[in-house]
Amino acid sequence: MDALEIARWQFGITTVYHFLMVPLTIGLGLVVAVLQTAWHRTGKEEYLRMTKFWGKLFLINFIMGVATGIVQEFQFGMAWSEYSRFVGDVFGAPLAMEALLAFFVESTFLGLWIFGWDRLPRRIHLAAIWIASLASILSAYFILVANSWMQHPVGTEIINGRAVMTDAWAVFTNNTALVTFPHTIFGAFAVAGGFLLGISWYHLYKRRHSGIDTVDADGKVVVGESATLGRNRDKVDYRVWIKSLRIGAVVAMVAFAGVALSGHAQAQLMIQQQPMKMAAAEAACHDGTGFSLLSIGDLRSGGATTCDDVVGVFEIPGLLSFLAHDNFTTEVKGVNTLLPEYQEKYGTHLPDNPIYGDRAGTEINYLPVMEVTYWGFRLMITLGGLSAVAAAVALWLTRKGTVPHSKWISRLALFGMLAPFGANSAGWIFTEMGRQPFVVAPNPSFEGIDQVFMYTAAAVSPGVSAGEMLFSLIVLTLIYAVLLVVEVVLLTRYVRGGIGSAMPELHDRPDDGQKDTDVLSFAY
Amino acid sequence: MEFLPTLWFILIAVLWGGYLFLEGFDLGVGMLMKTFARNEKQRRVLLNTIGPVWDGNEVWLITAGAATFAAFPYWYASLFSALYVPLVLVLVALIFRAVAFEYRGKAHTRTARNAWDWAICLGSFTAAFGVGAMLALSTTGLPLNANGDRVGGPFAWFNMYAVLGGIGVVAFCLVQGLAFLGLKTDGEIRTRAARILARWLPVALLPLAAWAVAVVLLNHSATALAPLALAVCALVFAWIHARKTNEGLAFTGMGIFLLAGVAAIFVAAYPNVLPSTIDAAYNLTVTNASSSPYTLGLMSIVAAFGLPLVLAYQGWTYWVFRKRISEAHIPDAHAVTPIV
Repeated sequence: MDALEIARWQFGITTVYHFLMVPLTIGLGLVVAVLQTAWHRTGKEEYLRMTKFWGKLFLINFIMGVATGIVQEFQFGMAWSEYSRFVGDVFGAPLAMEALLAFFVESTFLGLWIFGWDRLPRRIHLAAIWIASLASILSAYFILVANSWMQHPVGTEIINGRAVMTDAWAVFTNNTALVTFPHTIFGAFAVAGGFLLGISWYHLYKRRHSGIDTVDADGKVVVGESATLGRNRDKVDYRVWIKSLRIGAVVAMVAFAGVALSGHAQAQLMIQQQPMKMAAAEAACHDGTGFSLLSIGDLRSGGATTCDDVVGVFEIPGLLSFLAHDNFTTEVKGVNTLLPEYQEKYGTHLPDNPIYGDRAGTEINYLPVMEVTYWGFRLMITLGGLSAVAAAVALWLTRKGTVPHSKWISRLALFGMLAPFGANSAGWIFTEMGRQPFVVAPNPSFEGIDQVFMYTAAAVSPGVSAGEMLFSLIVLTLIYAVLLVVEVVLLTRYVRGGIGSAMPELHDRPDDGQKDTDVLSFAY
Repeated sequence: MEFLPTLWFILIAVLWGGYLFLEGFDLGVGMLMKTFARNEKQRRVLLNTIGPVWDGNEVWLITAGAATFAAFPYWYASLFSALYVPLVLVLVALIFRAVAFEYRGKAHTRTARNAWDWAICLGSFTAAFGVGAMLALSTTGLPLNANGDRVGGPFAWFNMYAVLGGIGVVAFCLVQGLAFLGLKTDGEIRTRAARILARWLPVALLPLAAWAVAVVLLNHSATALAPLALAVCALVFAWIHARKTNEGLAFTGMGIFLLAGVAAIFVAAYPNVLPSTIDAAYNLTVTNASSSPYTLGLMSIVAAFGLPLVLAYQGWTYWVFRKRISEAHIPDAHAVTPIV
């Protein structure tokens, strides 16, 4: 492997990892803000407990997103210096705005929220979590503006060999960004919904398993209390979990509807903006109208310039045309039609420029790795759809107030939490791999901007050796693996601790009614 | 002199100054976790003085990096890629440090807590040293070719300026951290911090001053003499007040020393943002490394709105958490026990 390959693996690993934390932060942050508002408005104890418990898990996850986010920002300059030089004028701006207008707000107000319990006036404390959570959504917008520019450059001209921003409005209202933003945010809520649902299910199941909650002859729940285990398995505890479960299920279902609608809009743009990505997502060699449920054959694109070996086994006639054009008959271009078009427009060989290193003058393969695009696309849709169905089933199964006494279903609910995470990762891997061989995909639809594109092969840092890249790849991957274990262990411990893990006052000082005013209400 | 690139050169100096001023004391407190605190209670006092603010402080680093990317893409690309290996270490340090702040209190065993303490201490040290070395090299030069790429292998950047800048920032952070503890704590920690600060302040500020002097001499900059003189006055001022145990004035004096020192360094380096030690013709300057006037103009509007706002709400945060913390304020550690 040369420096380019290693740098790509590194970017892929660190980004997919970072994006395990991000959707949970975005989704759970807003959920916690809403829960705290509910407590503020109603004064009901269960909403306070929900705020504290989900807030604690939110923070355990948030910090990992912060820690891995710094890597994202540094590695453009470190590993992709040619990319940074070429695009900095237009790509750097949204990143800088993200830091200045969003991340500053998020970090500062989250600090106020964490340490501000009982120290800030209640309204201001509530405002702190709202501000932090909305800032995290704003942050996503800026990052997606940057990413969407790589998928579909707008508002830019080539001046002295670099991409220069000429129209900020166009960059910040890029239609690619406007559809990717809701898609990503709804995806984040799907993650948060599944998270609430899975964990609450587990707790309700445990309450039944321990005999605290039972069901009557009609299957309706009879809520009980456990005297032996302290106050935190009381009737309020029951309400915490059943409400969290229902909120989670509804959030997951609404999120899926949003993801599907915005995804449909995305596909329609993609067919115009990156037709090859759409064809590769379908492994469609020839023009057609059908959506492939299963295709067999040689999906690999290693040097191949045709894709005649792929055979569609099951197809839904007309669906692909519906996805792309809202009708059932307009043909969608296949790979074999698109390849010559790309070759004619952008050339068959990389230029003889030292920027391409050993790859200078070699043939360009415009076909993304179809194994990844085809299956990534399907994995995203399948996992996302399954999560939504599971959420609906969960609502139905709990209609009488508690979960069935089944260990098997409780495990399914717990591990089902992973599905929305998987859908998010698969979607990103699909869209980033589907953009290859470009790091900045050419925009076919605007006059004067057809020069703004960059091959990934030209983007890597020329001064950094493969050895250095390998060093960082190994170090970061190992650290990330260790920290993932640490995070999961901690999350598990706090989940198993129940409400008491986030509210020590329920455990440690039951009913003494007095609070030592000198002692900090929250401390590291 | 072009207006917008110069304005952004100043703004980036402000961001680095802001970063070193704010994260300076929290990196310092981080390093003091293992070297100054005597027991578990004291370690938790230290941690809680910076608990609500460290993350907001660290965003100054992220903003400085992102603003450099947006305003001077060539500077960002050359500096970050040339210093690949040291920046990997800085990233690792920042990752462990951040995670340790949040997870330390959640550890159940002494061994685990101790490991997180070391992560905070070494993470703070490595981040401070790395950022200092990076800024020192950016102001004194790196072996860059015509394309702005490093020549001569992964460690070709290593020289005495890197060491000087690294030590300068580490030592500054340590005394600034002590001064911060003098302001934010009470009891034994406060008195001991004040005592050590009074003794070590001048020595600790010398390497940073030496770096500033070196950049002024290398560039024969007369303009930079004014901020340099201010830095020296601030050093003397801080030392006098540290000896009188005027904690607030000593802290302010060191802050002015830092900001004046950074100003002297950047004024002296101007118009170079990153000199090449191979050939002066390859120097990256505010002119040849900057973004277009359009982008710089847009970013100026954003900064004019955003930066004062950041200062306002961060300042307010320090006001909210202004109370001193002592060992009596620290609640008992809370062990999470499984109920299911």
